[in-house]
Amino acid sequence: MGLLSKKDAKLITDPLTDNNPITIQVLGICSALAITAELKASLVMGIAVLFVLGVGNVVISLMRNIIPSKIRIIVQLIVVASLVIIVDQVLKAFAFELSKTLSVFIGLIITNCIIMGRFEAFALGNGPWKSFLDGIGNALGYAVILIIVGFFRELFGSGTLFGIPVLGDPIDKTGVYSIGYENNGFMLMPPMALIIVGLIIWVQRSRNKDLIED
Amino acid sequence: MALNTEKNTYTIIFAVGMVLVVGSILAFTASTLRPNIEENRRMEKQQNILYAMGVNSNEGSGDISFVSTDRVADAFQNNVFEQIVLEVKDGEIIKKMSRDEFLSSKAEGAGIEPYLIDGKKEQTKAKNGKSQFLPLFKGKQDDKTVYVAPMRGKGLWDAIWGYIALDENMIVRGTFFDHAGETPGLGANIKQRYFMDDFYGERLLNEEGTFKGITVAKGNNDPKNEIKDDHEVDALAGATITGDGVSAMIKKDLKLYLPYFKNLKTN
Repeated sequence: MGLLSKKDAKLITDPLTDNNPITIQVLGICSALAITAELKASLVMGIAVLFVLGVGNVVISLMRNIIPSKIRIIVQLIVVASLVIIVDQVLKAFAFELSKTLSVFIGLIITNCIIMGRFEAFALGNGPWKSFLDGIGNALGYAVILIIVGFFRELFGSGTLFGIPVLGDPIDKTGVYSIGYENNGFMLMPPMALIIVGLIIWVQRSRNKDLIED
Repeated sequence: MALNTEKNTYTIIFAVGMVLVVGSILAFTASTLRPNIEENRRMEKQQNILYAMGVNSNEGSGDISFVSTDRVADAFQNNVFEQIVLEVKDGEIIKKMSRDEFLSSKAEGAGIEPYLIDGKKEQTKAKNGKSQFLPLFKGKQDDKTVYVAPMRGKGLWDAIWGYIALDENMIVRGTFFDHAGETPGLGANIKQRYFMDDFYGERLLNEEGTFKGITVAKGNNDPKNEIKDDHEVDALAGATITGDGVSAMIKKDLKLYLPYFKNLKTN
């Protein structure tokens, strides 16, 4: 990363691994569980959060010296909500199909605790460039987990990836279904997202003992 | 001069200023983009109606491709040969209007293109004891007339709606479902081909001509949906409430059209 200093690069890489918003900070679990039944939805949600968190962090950081501390949470909420509404309107006007896919996420983005968490913990105390990197890093860390969870849930739950059947046809019994394999409908249920996140946390902590709390 | 952001007056001024700024940005965006958004909505309705009728750009078996937006206005003109509006009260048709009559009508909710009738408002009108307007779009499928009717109901999180194409015996000749915010991978799958296509050939009436509707049923032992006279289609895993919403919407909204189809047969 020649463009970024070591410290700046850490802002992006840390949330991907040792300070992941989902597996370490345990934020944004609600959306991780709601939308990961499909890989495509996970990816789209990741991109949407990437945009909102990147821009939102910069906006909050630019305003950090003039925001009255008593109402800072409300100000943060207004920033997220307006950003999301503007994006939604622009998409509806110029990319109608995409906006239909996204519609369900709009509300979820506003309530995503990662966004408020980063505003509060980082953007309020750091400059715009650092805040931007922090936003991108955390959103990527979030997206990576979503995609992993989405991959397993869609593969074992529906036998498809991005909507394309990869394991054969469950009704005509082709592919792996011909030897008695069945889709696990339970994978489509929200609790399985938590179990997969749990497994990721387990793998991550067993590889890096520093992450284990006493 | 360092800004004292702790003072109450500052807080209030900041809040007011912020509301004004954000409010005007949002109002500006909304009003600039409104014409585009409305145009998109209009085209979407036409595409949906045409899709239910069987006019689409589908290629693969899993595809849901509408007629493209640059051709949809023409396609709608050419394929929907008649739009009619029924005024219904307490299960009886009190008036049948052509598109022109409806366009020039001054009644509440009238005076617009029939395909733009707001289903939600019409349902509220019916709930308040008033008459409601129901549009019906006539088209051809294999040289037979099909009638496309809109439906609207509740899913798990938000509204669900759709269009259904029926022949004169109220046998399904095509469907289109959509939703505002059902869970991706679960309830949102009502928008998938395998779910919509299951309805093809299902009957809304039983042999005696009584209205039965179509139930989205769990465990009906017919996953390939080969039995077409059981008034049931196979449900989606993990989407019970959305599925029940679809059943309810079909039963409630299409029943309103029953007198029209009964008349059709006696004439």
